Amino acid sequence: MAIDLDRCTGCEACVVACRTENNLPVAGAEQSALGRANEWIRVERYVEGEFPNVKVRFMPVMCVHCDEAPCVKVCPVSATYENPEGLNAQIHPRCIGTRACAHACPYTARYFNWWEPAWDSPLEQTVNPDVAVRWKGIMEKCTFCVQRIARVKDTAKEEGRSIRDREIQPACAQACPADAMVFGDIESQESEVSKLAESPRAFRLLEELGTRPRVIYLKEGDWRGSSGTAD
Amino acid sequence: MEAPARPTDPSVEDVLLRPLLHTGRAYYVAGGLLLSVILFGAYQWGLQVYFGVGMTGKTRPVYWGLYLTNYVFFIGISHAGNLISSILRLTHTEWRRPLTRAAEAIAVCGLALGASNVLWHLGRPELAWMPLVHPQFLSPLVWDLIAISTYLVASSIYLYLPLIPDVALLRERAVKPRWLYRLLALGFSGTPKQKARLEKAIAVMAVAVIPIAVSVHSVLAWVFGMTLVPMWHSTIIGPYFVVGAIFSGMAALIIVMAILRKVLRLEAFMRPSHFNNLGLLLLVMSCVWAYFTFAEHLTTWYGNVPDEKAVFDARLYGEFAPLFWTMVAGCFVLPFPILAFKRTRTVSGTVLASVFVLAGMWLERFIIVVSSASFPRLAFNWDHGNYHPSLVEISMTAAECAAFALFFLVFVKLFPIVSIWEVKEGREAEAHPAAVL
Repeated sequence: MAIDLDRCTGCEACVVACRTENNLPVAGAEQSALGRANEWIRVERYVEGEFPNVKVRFMPVMCVHCDEAPCVKVCPVSATYENPEGLNAQIHPRCIGTRACAHACPYTARYFNWWEPAWDSPLEQTVNPDVAVRWKGIMEKCTFCVQRIARVKDTAKEEGRSIRDREIQPACAQACPADAMVFGDIESQESEVSKLAESPRAFRLLEELGTRPRVIYLKEGDWRGSSGTAD
Repeated sequence: MEAPARPTDPSVEDVLLRPLLHTGRAYYVAGGLLLSVILFGAYQWGLQVYFGVGMTGKTRPVYWGLYLTNYVFFIGISHAGNLISSILRLTHTEWRRPLTRAAEAIAVCGLALGASNVLWHLGRPELAWMPLVHPQFLSPLVWDLIAISTYLVASSIYLYLPLIPDVALLRERAVKPRWLYRLLALGFSGTPKQKARLEKAIAVMAVAVIPIAVSVHSVLAWVFGMTLVPMWHSTIIGPYFVVGAIFSGMAALIIVMAILRKVLRLEAFMRPSHFNNLGLLLLVMSCVWAYFTFAEHLTTWYGNVPDEKAVFDARLYGEFAPLFWTMVAGCFVLPFPILAFKRTRTVSGTVLASVFVLAGMWLERFIIVVSSASFPRLAFNWDHGNYHPSLVEISMTAAECAAFALFFLVFVKLFPIVSIWEVKEGREAEAHPAAVL
């Protein structure tokens, strides 16, 4: 996945798309204020400069699917693991809720189910049948829309062809009106995402920690998420 | 204060067995009160299990809160128990004799209570057995499980072995419940051969519990230290936790001893000189703790790495500053002068210092857990000290303290809290120095 921050307008369409696709329950105003709204992708806002010369930067952050994932190491029951394709996957029935992975993740990209998920009527009818509804007491996180990956793979197999570049569209990438998010196979020379990864604008979030993230950001000038002040 | 006249041997037994034979009304009142605190905690926790961990005050990014604080705190207390007892035993320190039993009891009780917090904390406590069946050995939590269970077994054996001759005495005296003492005495009749074996076994366990105790609190620290969280991810955190554990455990021992001596009238055994000696040890640990704390924070401040500096600033001047400076006062500024001067190193002086230390050390655990968790590396996710413990967490904390007290309430009714045979042995050695060695 590559995310072009120079294109991102901070509209949060990706956040809404992700929520709908992946059955993230509605937390409500009170719980959200406590910080308990689960967003597998969130748009971080950083404000730079003093008024009136203020510049706001947006940065969509999801699980970056590290190659050296700190969350995988700390789980006592292997509920999180790296699958052969390089996705960091969460096995919900296996999770016992120690929340050790939540702290181990330097991106704070893992979310906990504080309550049994609930949707006010008629929202329960919007639940996506392709994605399991999680239950209270377990961790969850971005899957790169693994259900969509599986669907495209099946279709390609049925048609007896290989998967086309950008054929797999995670919900966030599909919803992005600025076309800032590109998903694809980084190991293929022809894919757009591998070309973007070579861009001089490319960097990876907190790469100095050695986690080797699989999400590539593009931005003129340098960027470091932890500098600047949060709004 | 002058120690009362030394009792002769028969009265040693009489005084020390009195709590087992006579029970007053106040005992049941106290037990009932403690039990109701525990039951309220259990009720609250039942609600948490039913509705979800949302019942606690925890949020993102503070996924760990009061339960983890108590986890570290109680296991810390359990350390001093064993370390004091084993080190004093191994160095043949004579004044240890009336203290070891209480110290070993603290170790077992503190450890069991501390470890129980994992269960209160889990999102799905019904699956707590999972790490036993499907362990993932790269996880520090699994190391922790191994270390704690080893330590629980070792410290239980270490409590039990020196108890055997006293249990045999209770069996001889036909104290009820007889079946219990007959069972636990393992046929011990005090023959020289049995005694030699027992003493050898105790010596082996005394050596064994030291590395186990150190490893347990190091591994506990590594549950935090192995993550990349600012100011958890530090090399000093293991030794820092061990020092804090011994420090807080000594304070707990002093307080427990003071209460026991008052309630059970053990002034003849737990003398002011004991409090003086333990006070000196506490003073040393206070200095070591202050040094470690200073070293840790100086390095962070000088390095000035933004991610770590955020936690540092929150601790020293920010949201956590009131707690941080209370901790510094409780762990060093207040107890240091009390413990430094012989005039104030009295029973009440050391108890007062210990109360400060316990409060300070609990705050230290809380600050380490919550302040680092509040400031993850991506600043957007900072939680500016918004974590507030909820009713369920507070009532479970109260329940754990009550359970600690209740453990001692039951323990003193079942077993002599001062080791009778060891005290007698000490007195005999004192009377006939030539007879020993």
